[in-house]
Amino acid sequence: MNGYLQIGYAQTALAGLLIIANLVLSATLRLGLGRRLAIAALRMSVQLLLVGLVLKWVFALENPIPVLAMAAAMTGIAGVAAVNRTQRRFAGVYWGSLVSVTGSAFFVTGLALLGIVRVEPWFDPQYLIPLLGMVLGNTLNGISLSLDRFVESLVQRRDSVEATLALGGTRWEAAHDHIRDAMRVGLIPMINSMMVIGIVSLPGMMTGQILAGAEPTDAVRYQIVIMFMIASAAALGAFGIVFFTYHRLFDDRHRLRLDRVHKVAA
Amino acid sequence: MLSATGLGRRIDDGWIWRSVEVKLAAGENLAIVGPTGAGKSLLLRCLAGLDAADEGRIAIDDKPLDEWQMPAYRSRVVYLHQRPALREGTVEENLRAVFRLAAHRSKGYDRSAVIRGLGAFDRDASFLKKDAADLSGGEAQIVALIRALSVEPSVLLLDEPSASMDAVATDQAEDLVARWVGEAPGRASVWTSHDGAQVERVTDRTLTLNGVVL
Repeated sequence: MNGYLQIGYAQTALAGLLIIANLVLSATLRLGLGRRLAIAALRMSVQLLLVGLVLKWVFALENPIPVLAMAAAMTGIAGVAAVNRTQRRFAGVYWGSLVSVTGSAFFVTGLALLGIVRVEPWFDPQYLIPLLGMVLGNTLNGISLSLDRFVESLVQRRDSVEATLALGGTRWEAAHDHIRDAMRVGLIPMINSMMVIGIVSLPGMMTGQILAGAEPTDAVRYQIVIMFMIASAAALGAFGIVFFTYHRLFDDRHRLRLDRVHKVAA
Repeated sequence: MLSATGLGRRIDDGWIWRSVEVKLAAGENLAIVGPTGAGKSLLLRCLAGLDAADEGRIAIDDKPLDEWQMPAYRSRVVYLHQRPALREGTVEENLRAVFRLAAHRSKGYDRSAVIRGLGAFDRDASFLKKDAADLSGGEAQIVALIRALSVEPSVLLLDEPSASMDAVATDQAEDLVARWVGEAPGRASVWTSHDGAQVERVTDRTLTLNGVVL
């Protein structure tokens, strides 16, 4: 480790000028983006500054309870956010999402902390929080895409699902194409990013480690581990929510229960 | 054969229909008539087990619906949607696909029976090569009808089965179903239709849903 150059608050503010340039551009060309861009930039700054303070506090405590509390809060927010990005809801969907996120993210992160990175103590927030955070971000994506696609395709292709049921198909036979399709859609971002990683894009975590003075080859190994974690958690989470939805929207009498679904304004 | 007693269906707070009695004997063709919105399709869906009834009992051969495995029940009582749903691919792929379902795997796709069925509509084997997406509404209804007959049900629930067919195809469909019912014992059909003349032609008995909520 040969350290890195620190950035002070004044320098951070200086970077804010870059956004001002965008605002000027938007105003001159009357793009109407100014307000939303300013709010987004402000939110981003406030959220990150706050989380920096919280992390600093949690790191200093060296106690598993606040670390786990923070992990639980992050997971809960991810579970709710995954559902909020979709347009059709049904009773229990939030629980399904929470269970899917928690199950997949905790399982994968725990396995990595204990079995691969072998962190001592296991709750060391320097590892647990960023690893969990990256896993959650991608699991959230996978879950919301799969959930949205699955419910949408059952609604849109209801006739074809019911035609299979009406001809004596089981609920699994009627749902199978749609389950497969939903899983595919949920995993597309994951697969795409693994395809081009290192060629088109340098991932944020690896870049961060290199900036912080790590050997590039070390940073790369970390990145590979995290990509495997992300891919497996996203797939598990997507499967969890699709399986849960399947059991909610097809009852044990092999009926499609779209009466349980309602649409919300997104 | 198929019977329903005291059947009722509620939507929100109101009853769409209530105290409906259905007694379908083998060899019979029953019509369900009533104004638009009287819940004719809902009744057929209920009989097919696609929707739950809010009250009443359904049974086939005196065995209540609750005691049936749903796929086995629906292999005997096949419901034909008003809007036929075909999958991507050719007509033949569509007709073949139902034999991949566990309920019909033992039967196997019988191409010559399908071609006989198409013959009833003056169409030959070349029709099987057509892309399902290119079919007209009436042709899709023909495919859906042949598909339903191919799984050898006991009861056909026909929801406006010829709504998109021209007059010729409509006659052919009526003949095909009538012949199918008469051909073997233990078969029957239930029809809904907005065409009063068709109801006269094809059915022996009429059940009226008057849309009066009790």
